[in-house]
Amino acid sequence: MAVKKKNSLWHEFSKGIVKENPVLRLVLGTCSALAITTTAMNAIGMGIATTFVLVCSNAIISLLRKIIPDKVRIPCYIVVIAGFVTVVQMLIEAFSPSLKTALGVYLPLIVVNCIIFGRAEMFASKNPVMPSILDGLGMGVGYTCTLLCMGIIRELFGSGTFFGMPVLSNFIPSIIILLLPPGGFFIFGLLVAIANRLSGEGKAPEEIGCAGYRGCGSCELANGCSLTAKKNDGEAKEK
Amino acid sequence: MKQLLAIFLTAILTENYILDKFLGICPFLGVSKKRDSAIGMSIAVTIVMVISTAVTWPIYYGILVPNGLDYLETIVFILVIAVLVQFIETVLKKYIPTLYNALGVYLPLITTNCAVLGVTMLVLDKHAANPTTFGYAQALMNAFGAGIGFLVALVMFSGVRERIELNDVPKFWRGLPITLVAASITSLSFLGFSGLVTGMLGVS
Repeated sequence: MAVKKKNSLWHEFSKGIVKENPVLRLVLGTCSALAITTTAMNAIGMGIATTFVLVCSNAIISLLRKIIPDKVRIPCYIVVIAGFVTVVQMLIEAFSPSLKTALGVYLPLIVVNCIIFGRAEMFASKNPVMPSILDGLGMGVGYTCTLLCMGIIRELFGSGTFFGMPVLSNFIPSIIILLLPPGGFFIFGLLVAIANRLSGEGKAPEEIGCAGYRGCGSCELANGCSLTAKKNDGEAKEK
Repeated sequence: MKQLLAIFLTAILTENYILDKFLGICPFLGVSKKRDSAIGMSIAVTIVMVISTAVTWPIYYGILVPNGLDYLETIVFILVIAVLVQFIETVLKKYIPTLYNALGVYLPLITTNCAVLGVTMLVLDKHAANPTTFGYAQALMNAFGAGIGFLVALVMFSGVRERIELNDVPKFWRGLPITLVAASITSLSFLGFSGLVTGMLGVS
């Protein structure tokens, strides 16, 4: 029993890194992933900040899951998440002002990062504290790894440096377009294609977003939005 | 007047919130499949953007800053937006049912749309950079332009996506990856507008 429990905790942690990678497989939190990955350093900063918020908000929401009434849960989650985002903002401002300047408006925008909201809604509101924390940690590590990957590629080819050290810039001219918005979209597309290939079977995440009210998995309000509620109501009535 | 026009055009073309600032990517990828839903979503976003900027600006400069509470910006703004979205939804449902039927389904999604929170915060930055020339009216114009820019990007991109549907795409590029590459090229085309507004109207 103990072994099984340990395994399941490990599973909660590890699923976020590869199998359910939040950015590449669940397509959550794309805004920040595209915007700040122009250098690897920014990517790590953003990843750690998001992980911190994710773990803390998952823990608190999981603790409060029996207290928060179902009807007002979304505002409650927003307050918890926004509180931790403010903490992170102040910490970063105190310890690394340059990172704050680099992340700019995307730092407060962690509050509307779909990953945090999605995990609160899909996982933390239904599970005990320990798995929720590990889930948050795993998702955060997965997010950070993906961001780091994008950051390294864009920095290496876009400005020819690796964590600020010149590497390629002496040999080949930099591909500046990779630092601009089009490069962000392109590299992200490339990584998603690679992730699809590696996860094999061609089981590409078929639908994205709310088009035709399907595939609400990538939507930040996942289970909370009125569309899903309507759909569920309809199904319940049919039964 | 000229300055307002410049702000409006800048928000649409050179600072497009989706293609240049990466705000609101989720709805951009999600809703741009059908042109009708793209238009409905963008109109709802524009309305919410303008109204929330109209409300958060006075709150920030009238209540938070005088009391030294400006670090509460994030919490207050997201709550104001959440309340406003709910409020707009209720009002539309009660008084303008036709509009509610057209836009209602998109409204709950807007609360956590980064573009709305982004615009309310970015106008504060712009005001901090230019306190004399960038005031309340300019902020509202910026929010309106951002919404229209959102509309332009979504409608244009829905056209691009309709074309992609007909093409034979390699297996692992199907779906999201090829859409992102298309978004990359669309965003590339918007880079061509850089400097246009300054050059045309002579104001920055």
